[in-house]
Amino acid sequence: MDAFLLEYLPILIFMGIAIALGLVFILAAAIAAPSNPDAEKVSAYECGFNAFDDARMKFDVRFYLVAILFIIFDLEAAFLFPWAASFGQIGMFGFWSMMVFLGVLTIGFIYEWRKGALDWE
Amino acid sequence: METLNLLAAGPELILAAGAIILLMFGVFTKGESAAVTTLWLAVGVLVLAGIFAYAQTGDTEYAFGGVFVSDGVSRFANVFMFFGSAVVLILSRDYMIRAKSMLFEFPVLVLFAVLGMAMMVSSADLISLYVGLELQSLSLYVLAAFRRDSTRSTEAGLKYFVLGALSSGLLLYGSSFVYGYAGSTEFVAIAERLKDGDAGVGFLIGLALVIAGLAFKISAAPFHMWTPDVYEGAPTPITAFFATAPKVAASVLLVRVLYGAFGEVADHWWQIIWFLSAASMLVGGVAAIGQTDIKRLMAYSSIGHMGFAMLGLAAGTAKGAESVLIYLAIYLVMNIGVFAFILSMRRDGVHVTKIDDLAGLWKADGLSTFCLGVLMFSLAGIPPLAGFWAKFYVFQAAVDAGLIWLLIVAVAGTVISCFYYLRIVKIMVFDDPADAFDGPMLIENRLTLFGSAVLVFIFVVGGLGVPEMAAEAASVFAK
Amino acid sequence: MIQVLAFYLFAVTAVIAGVMVVFSRNPVHSVLWLIFAFFSSAGLFVMMGAEFLAMLLMIVYVGAVAVLFLFVVMMLDVDFAELRGRVAEYLPIGLAIGLVMLMQLSFGFLAWQEVDAARPAETMARGVGNAHQLGEVIYTKYVYAFQASGLILLVAMIGAIVLTLRHREGVKKQSVMSQLYRDPKEAVVMRDVKPGGSL
Repeated sequence: MDAFLLEYLPILIFMGIAIALGLVFILAAAIAAPSNPDAEKVSAYECGFNAFDDARMKFDVRFYLVAILFIIFDLEAAFLFPWAASFGQIGMFGFWSMMVFLGVLTIGFIYEWRKGALDWE
Repeated sequence: METLNLLAAGPELILAAGAIILLMFGVFTKGESAAVTTLWLAVGVLVLAGIFAYAQTGDTEYAFGGVFVSDGVSRFANVFMFFGSAVVLILSRDYMIRAKSMLFEFPVLVLFAVLGMAMMVSSADLISLYVGLELQSLSLYVLAAFRRDSTRSTEAGLKYFVLGALSSGLLLYGSSFVYGYAGSTEFVAIAERLKDGDAGVGFLIGLALVIAGLAFKISAAPFHMWTPDVYEGAPTPITAFFATAPKVAASVLLVRVLYGAFGEVADHWWQIIWFLSAASMLVGGVAAIGQTDIKRLMAYSSIGHMGFAMLGLAAGTAKGAESVLIYLAIYLVMNIGVFAFILSMRRDGVHVTKIDDLAGLWKADGLSTFCLGVLMFSLAGIPPLAGFWAKFYVFQAAVDAGLIWLLIVAVAGTVISCFYYLRIVKIMVFDDPADAFDGPMLIENRLTLFGSAVLVFIFVVGGLGVPEMAAEAASVFAK
Repeated sequence: MIQVLAFYLFAVTAVIAGVMVVFSRNPVHSVLWLIFAFFSSAGLFVMMGAEFLAMLLMIVYVGAVAVLFLFVVMMLDVDFAELRGRVAEYLPIGLAIGLVMLMQLSFGFLAWQEVDAARPAETMARGVGNAHQLGEVIYTKYVYAFQASGLILLVAMIGAIVLTLRHREGVKKQSVMSQLYRDPKEAVVMRDVKPGGSL
């Protein structure tokens, strides 16, 4: 177990350095940089006039559809990874098992395509 | 994999293949008429799977290495769910066309939902239980929101989704406890583990969470909050679907989990079921009284009926399981009949669902009133109709188990619920007529209403073989 | 030593991030804290030897789900400040439910005894990776759940499209095929324009 975790030690060190560096930059800016804010300086920048409303506005629901479809195929790819790693051991059964799974997802893909869910107007 | 045993999972494979083929058929054809064709083909797939399930006989068979079981209970539930869903699909055709929502995805999603239910009733492992439940739930969330131009339908879908996801979370969390303390996800292994020595506290937490998660799905009080809103907001055919097959599936799943996996610790869970049952019967009775919308009324009615079904479950005996199966079968038939009528309530082309709209129906359409009246009497549990026998069997199981207090609650619940069922009959027969409904009822609605009323009527003649089927099915739980 | 230190680092950040998801005023910050919580949990997964799950958490949850959350937070035209203002109404019942859950958890924790079968899998003993070991059972022993999840993904796909896809009328679309079939002969016309004249 320890030997296994030791492999991750560089990542831990890397994270430590990243956090430390990030903190140093933020703190350095807070301590060393000149700062005298006024109302105009900290207001949202709009070209010459006051902001009309919230920056948050409605997106087209289409973005959401693309994101959902992305997640679905992302999960599918996640299933492919252990399959590839253990391909030698699981034999023909494992192979066809994955082919059926991919077949079902391909059906879904054909459906998407034919429905025009991947078109952008 | 050496025990793949695909034949035992025949009905499920038919449904899965059918749903996928219909999806492809639908997407390569265009227009509403093609969607209607898809619907009829989906009915065909359901009937085919139902015949296959009916023809499956013999001993308990395991498939997919022991996580899937095909036994009397799953076959019994499958037959009723498949045929019931087929009838609901036929009934929904007209409504969906009028609502301009007749997309080919509708029958396909129904098929996937039914597939999920079939997987639920056949699960022999916590993992297969969960995937079956998710497949069913996900399809039902989409179906509830199917009329996306209607705010209420969307709201119903969203409410159902949020609460359903919460209940799935509870179930999953409970399953992890059960796995942690029992050391296996397979029902047989869990039962084996519980045999020697009693369950620990951690296991009981898991048990309680699993039951809570499943109680959400059958909408037993106090987990019933979503039911009236979802039933009211969802398109009516989909409400009819919700009120029938998924209830059967989730209840049978509850039977399977409690009797199969947790049968050895019945003295721990019967109190939970006792409480759920009593609360559902009372909530279903009392809250339904003030309703003005018949879909909401049917929602509370279904909550009450789930309470009665759990009365048999609380008995904890094979006889209890048998009575639950009989109850569910009769409940399914009665509900389909009632919804066949609700679906045909249209005035000036607009679908209406107020109870007052039924006023004086007797004068306009005597036969339908009579059939609906029979179904209402049966739902109330008045002899000699089937609804009475359904209650009779669960009461008998409860008496044998000595659940006297629960029986007193059940009798109170029956009396309260009689009030609102009979009120509908009174409104139909004695009130001043409201405007007549549109045109003659469609032949399929009329036949379904008439058929279910006749079935309810002649159940007294030997029970049409259903009690024998249920007894044979429930024999797997005999110790 | 380092192992213990790393565990407490991840555990504490996971809890803090979880609390901040609930309490930060800006929903976008909530999502960012959520990403942080996922990240810390991934660290905890690695500590338990479940490295494949840790990476999955990164790819699927951080990479996709959190991004989707950001989308939704931005897409919903909801006044979050107003929603937050009503937190106080639900606080008592929320706290009560939280307390019950906490009690359950502590009961479960106190009752813990090791069950042989539920011990963490013999992770590193065989010297093959985590993904490899998972792969050996997912596609064979758990083939039923695997195929069922394929069907669930398919239903999710159908659901997303049924509920959100709308075709607008009269919108010009890109037609890839007709673009590919174009050739210079039909696309370009040579005209001889005389000086001072027009077409």
